[in-house]
Amino acid sequence: MLKLPRLLLALAAVLVFAALPLPLWRIRLIAPQYPEGLGMVITASTVRGAAEHDLGSINSLNHYIGMKAIDPDAIPELEVMPWCIVALGACAMIAAIVGRRWGAIVWLVGFAAVGVVGLWDFWRWEYSYGHDLDLVHAIIKIPGMSYQPPLLGSKQLLNFVATSWPGPGTLLLGAAFALGAVAVMLPWHSRPLVEHRVDGIPAAAVA
Amino acid sequence: MQKSPKSRALLAVVTTAAVVVAAYACNANRTPNTSLITGDAASKVYVAPGAYDEFYAFMSGGYSGQVSVYGLPSGRLLKLIPVFSQFPEDGYGYDAETKPLLETTYGFIPWDDSHHPELSQTDGVPDGRWLFINANNTPRVARIDLTRFETDEILQIPNSAGGHASPFATPDTKYIVSATRFSVPIPNTDVPIDSYKKNFKGTLSFITADQPGKMDIAFQILMPGYNYDLGHAGKGPSNGWFFFTSYNSEEANTKLEENASQNDKDYIAAVNYKRAEECVAQGKAKPQAAEYVHSYVDPGTRAATAEKKSSVKVINPTECPGLVYYLPTPKSPHGVDVDPTGEYIVAGGKLATVIPVHSFKKLQQAIADKAFEKEVEGIPVLKYDAVMAGEVQKPGLGPLHTEFDGKGYAYTSFFISSEVVKWKLGTWEVVDRIPTYYSIGHLMIPGGDSKQPWGKYLVAMNKITKDRYLPTGPEMAQSAQLIDISGDKMKLLLDFPTIGEPHYAQALPASLIKDKQVKYHKLAENTNPWVTKSESDGGIARTGKRVDVKMIAIRSHFAPDNIEGIQVGDTVNFHVTNIEQDWDILHGFAVLGANTSEIVLQPGETHTLTWIPKSPGIFPFYCTDFCSALHQEMQGYIRVSPVGSSTKLMANISKKTQAQLSDAKKGK
Repeated sequence: MLKLPRLLLALAAVLVFAALPLPLWRIRLIAPQYPEGLGMVITASTVRGAAEHDLGSINSLNHYIGMKAIDPDAIPELEVMPWCIVALGACAMIAAIVGRRWGAIVWLVGFAAVGVVGLWDFWRWEYSYGHDLDLVHAIIKIPGMSYQPPLLGSKQLLNFVATSWPGPGTLLLGAAFALGAVAVMLPWHSRPLVEHRVDGIPAAAVA
Repeated sequence: MQKSPKSRALLAVVTTAAVVVAAYACNANRTPNTSLITGDAASKVYVAPGAYDEFYAFMSGGYSGQVSVYGLPSGRLLKLIPVFSQFPEDGYGYDAETKPLLETTYGFIPWDDSHHPELSQTDGVPDGRWLFINANNTPRVARIDLTRFETDEILQIPNSAGGHASPFATPDTKYIVSATRFSVPIPNTDVPIDSYKKNFKGTLSFITADQPGKMDIAFQILMPGYNYDLGHAGKGPSNGWFFFTSYNSEEANTKLEENASQNDKDYIAAVNYKRAEECVAQGKAKPQAAEYVHSYVDPGTRAATAEKKSSVKVINPTECPGLVYYLPTPKSPHGVDVDPTGEYIVAGGKLATVIPVHSFKKLQQAIADKAFEKEVEGIPVLKYDAVMAGEVQKPGLGPLHTEFDGKGYAYTSFFISSEVVKWKLGTWEVVDRIPTYYSIGHLMIPGGDSKQPWGKYLVAMNKITKDRYLPTGPEMAQSAQLIDISGDKMKLLLDFPTIGEPHYAQALPASLIKDKQVKYHKLAENTNPWVTKSESDGGIARTGKRVDVKMIAIRSHFAPDNIEGIQVGDTVNFHVTNIEQDWDILHGFAVLGANTSEIVLQPGETHTLTWIPKSPGIFPFYCTDFCSALHQEMQGYIRVSPVGSSTKLMANISKKTQAQLSDAKKGK
């Protein structure tokens, strides 16, 4: 059995673990009166301001449109996400140790599923913050207007341009996924197959 | 390039004739004299929208008592910093937190006359930590923090009148100084004015300055009763010495303009302050009863406290030989400026026909040789020829102040002939001159009194404005001129009006301070006893006739915003905290009929407005600093009832807050 695919899987595991504390996503808000911008950073375990008081300032501004306060404690997924990442890293490591192509394939499929669900969930939260407005107490009410930031790219939300893009954590996860995909595509056994033997008998003979 | 008097006179006649002709040609409508602008001056002072100036310039506000901050080369006003005068624009000197800064032994003083800004230095070079400035009328010195552009500390100078020679700093900022322009009896007592020669004395005060919140008088030197005018510290080889000009060596007590202009030479006092430290250590400085006030702002509460002090150490030069020497200096010297190498000490004799320059090397030799002309009250007077390095001949009329470009040239201001004259150190030859509009006082080159001048620009600060701008009645703004000194010839670039009467100024590259600016005060670190850190913490309490209201300000409301149960004659203290933690989001607070200024709240800080209602009724309050789209909604009401009313003391929190609080409780 060749070492390279297993090495790639092990490296993927390291990258996944490394992504754990890093920003997965960033949202930047720029307005005429905020040339310096306000920012939010989303990691596996929390949502915080890019600068010390950014989240407080964003929540303070959001009260005008009736958006609920962004409170990391109110987002249960932030409890689960770190464990998902730990599990992904651990599975990559197990796949590397087991050293079977199917193991790598299972891991990749699982990874893709976690990624898709994660992004969908992130979008769902953005949708919820942008649409579930407290219209009783909202000060600025514009019929039909919602304030959902984009998943990727820029969008004008009243006086703010909100720009959203993946952080270094997501890039590491992406790289880990790519390494896994390469590993799956590489040969896992030396060729030709006939050189594999069981108890000194050519493999073909056993079959 | 020096012109003979004849050719200058001829030039003057020709110029006058040309101006007269031009005036008629323009139908007697004066066209400003812009003919001296050469080349592309506009592009040299143009700072594009959104771009930054290269230098911060700090100009004294003179009789405004403040400091004004300008950008150079644009001449744009960036900020006014209140120091010695009340400033209703932000409540400085009106609210409970800042009033103690203006306390003195004479009581609360709402005004003073600020003359000389001085940047703190490290190794003789401006370092951008602090700016000091003096009060001339009731002698004081102040420290301004340059991360916030705010006055943090003020120290009164006892045994002093006219704190003019102040607050020049030593190269390490260990000391700043304050010397008496007006001699008075020390301690001050009731004596006949014509007993001046017998009873009047001067003092030179050395103030410890390198620790914020701890300024104090290290020692005072008791001096003959002359007028001590300006000062500058030595540097490099002359480090450890301080030089003060004096005039009125005649010791006149009346009609000084005549009686104090009799002697051919007055004196520069050369003070060996390291020697003073030795004498203090040897117990030769006598503690003397003297009351003075020290006030400073606590960084946590951002509120000032004033403390009274009761004693200073006074050194008599007769008991500390080697402490002071007098250098004879022609005709009522005003400025005394030490060149960047620390070797030359340049004096500006107001009535002198030369610029005398003393040599520090020769000064040391003269002391070693005991080349004394005489002694005055135990102070040796050195022989002029023994200490003089050279004289700049026929420089102009009325030399006042000199700054340096770090390239071997000195620039001296001339009040009477209204010009700046550039001359060469060492050869003492005049190399260039440029007119000023009109009657220049101080001049300033960024770092031009330090070891490391940034010799690109020179600012002339003029005393007379007349026709330089659109006329504004009998009283006009003062005028400054920016002059390019980067080449061989000085070039006029820009006129700009200034506030109050800038005497001296200081400037330094913006890069030294612009990135250290505080953007907001951390609410978590606010230790003001009356801070309100969240909306739900606000409230109201009565103690006898005193009512304290704790209130927050945040975009776009106050909480509480409805207050009832106040009675006529109560002393109501509104302790308002701006709980924003966001750059440049300020709120203000003002109440109908309050006999004080508004308060302005920087993000994260607490200020107190005190109000005594005089009649029953409803009194609105509102935010005075346009903060947000709903700033106009940022208001509230106070109900004032007659004395003895049964109206319950009440301060609400807004319905929205109540809703948010109940939502939070429900876990929504």
